[in-house]
Amino acid sequence: MSQYHAIVVGAGFTGVAIAHDLALRGFRVTVVERGPIANGTSGRTHGLLHSGARYAVNDQESAIECIQENQILRLIVPDAIEPNGGLFIAVDESDLEYREKFIQGCEECKIPIRELTPKEALRIEPNLNPKLLTAFTVPDGTFDPLRLALAFAATAKSNGAVFHLYTDVVDLLTDGQGNIKGVKVWNRAADKRFEIEGDIVVNATGAWVGQITSMAGIRVPIAPTPGVMVAYDKRLTQRAINRLNKPGDGDIVLPQRRMMVVGTTSFSIEDPDYVPVLPDHVALMIERGSELIPALRQTKERGAYMATRPLIGSGAPGRSISRTFKAYDHKETDNVEGLVTITGGKATTLRLMAEKTVDLVCKKLGVNVPCTTAETPLISYRKFYVD
Amino acid sequence: MSEEKWTVNFVVYRKKGEGAPHYQTFTLEVSPEEYVIDGVERIWAFHDRSLVFAHACHHSTCGACGMRVNGVEKLTCITRIRDVTSNGGTLRIEPLRNFPVISDLVVDMSRLYVGMDKVHAPAVHPLSMAPLEGEGIKPPREVPMDDGKEYLRLADCIECGLCISACPVAGTAEEYLGPAVLAAAQLQGLGRAPDLTAVVDCVDGVWRCHSAYECTAVCPSSVDPGWRIMDLRRQVLAQRIRRWFGGA
Ligand SMILES: Cc1cc2nc3c(=O)[nH]c(=O)nc-3n(C[C@H](O)[C@H](O)[C@H](O)COP(=O)(O)OP(=O)(O)OC[C@H]3O[C@@H](n4cnc5c(N)ncnc54)[C@H](O)[C@@H]3O)c2cc1C
Ligand code: SF4
Ligand code: FES
Repeated sequence: MSQYHAIVVGAGFTGVAIAHDLALRGFRVTVVERGPIANGTSGRTHGLLHSGARYAVNDQESAIECIQENQILRLIVPDAIEPNGGLFIAVDESDLEYREKFIQGCEECKIPIRELTPKEALRIEPNLNPKLLTAFTVPDGTFDPLRLALAFAATAKSNGAVFHLYTDVVDLLTDGQGNIKGVKVWNRAADKRFEIEGDIVVNATGAWVGQITSMAGIRVPIAPTPGVMVAYDKRLTQRAINRLNKPGDGDIVLPQRRMMVVGTTSFSIEDPDYVPVLPDHVALMIERGSELIPALRQTKERGAYMATRPLIGSGAPGRSISRTFKAYDHKETDNVEGLVTITGGKATTLRLMAEKTVDLVCKKLGVNVPCTTAETPLISYRKFYVD
Repeated sequence: MSEEKWTVNFVVYRKKGEGAPHYQTFTLEVSPEEYVIDGVERIWAFHDRSLVFAHACHHSTCGACGMRVNGVEKLTCITRIRDVTSNGGTLRIEPLRNFPVISDLVVDMSRLYVGMDKVHAPAVHPLSMAPLEGEGIKPPREVPMDDGKEYLRLADCIECGLCISACPVAGTAEEYLGPAVLAAAQLQGLGRAPDLTAVVDCVDGVWRCHSAYECTAVCPSSVDPGWRIMDLRRQVLAQRIRRWFGGA
């Protein structure tokens, strides 16, 4: 067991999964988050537990990660997931042209699919566009974003991790030679400022990673790229409904509780701290969503929101340990010891991202404890609040 | 959405540590179609970084963003500004009642979570436990899934605490389980989960309720806790009668 102290900055999906993995591997863990759990991109996701089928043609590495992690999450965190599956449906000729590639891609990535006749599809999901041409079942699911994050956080906490919520990291502590020794924080709930020292700082601040690295004089060129999602006031399907085509705008319609959520779009902004919900994007969602489920047009809007992808520009320094997400050891890229940055990926692959990041941290510090998160069921998310 | 702009005064409850609470006014230009949480988040982003508030999903599935808006419990991510004030008007934003305030607009809701745990409230349950009945919804004709299992879905109760804040009894009786918890017991049914009878059939359980129905009035998520508490009383009485007549 190591007695190293790791400080995780950010309690979105990435941060909570890393905290959980570190705690299981015997680290002393402190998490610093400026809001409540999952207030950033993670809370505001679409909520699709990807089967990987969306990426089976264009990005097979992501697709394979998704199907594997999808199966793991169902087992370790059942109380945040509706495991109802999904459909990919074709509604026009261009969709049909994608069919062959889709079948081949899913087979290559070992994603189990089954083709349904339009009649069969309409029988199980009567609100689909009656003109649909074909449909495939896929093992998609819906997750509850806050409770998914809370389950990881609760388990980390039960293994000793300490969470400072409503606490901003305002600066990094250095050893005088530019190496990172900890963080300076501002707890806004109590209006107190203090310092936390640690052996390693893990920067898991998503679209904000560049703000933290700049405190160490390191530039990570982030292009915050938000997308809109719109929730409608009625549940029209049991399964997640995807368009059978290349990934595009408004091509996922997801049931959640008594709602349908349509998403998403993609555009660039400067500052991720506040992202406006653009009216024309909201209009596009109903346009595109109703091509899959016409009844959406008669359904009231219940909410509209934005979440920001942290896309890293091609000018980013150094090598990253994975192509599907970015993890940097700043010792390697910038000769700054004590700081690791991780960003990108998907909610569906949060556990895997954490595994690879903590592997990197362990290697750096010479800790030889294997990852066990894939086999460890998480405790109830409520335990985050109930000691 | 229109391009219409309104000027709205957000009068926000502030409290830090042991300091005295006070109200602070922020005047914002908003679109009336925006949601109240958008205004609160903009106050934090552009006016005052010390503001503490809770939110996550922004589409009524997580239950984090409950606040009192002009004295009424609201899920602020689905409350349109147009529906709660007018151009030049005021929005008084306060934390939920009947929970300890952590800071500003954030309260400690462990009371609710402890109760939900006590009745083992399922976060995900079979569709049949709370069907999606209602106008215009075509239920699938084939209810079981391919492999013979039923559809599961996330529970309606999002544990937002609005019902506890609105409940006139929860304010005076700290040990009262409260509407959401009793509703979660009712949902499971004492027939199916008989061990819950002891938890709810007590002074701080089902008999504490005064039938004010404030919970049902504020619940944003189709739980109807008021009705469920009344039904749970009937279930408790039915259990007692069964016991008197020597049933299990
Ligand atoms: C529009 C959209 C839809 C998506 N839909 C899906 C989906 O359906 N399925 C799926 O699998 N994935 C989806 N994703 C991807 C997924 O949501 C993200 O990969 C994931 O949420 C990223 O999590 P994170 O923890 O890295 O970032 P975040 O959740 O943004 O976490 C970063 C945290 O850092 C905190 N922070 C920032 N600065 C500081 C500071 N100075 N001090 C302390 N804390 C700080 C923030 O408050 C925040 O909580 C979607 C992404 C987008 C943009
Ligand atoms: S019963 Fe309704 S108001 Fe009460 S916590 Fe659940 S969702 Fe919120
Ligand atoms: S932010 Fe999740 S319910 Fe409002």
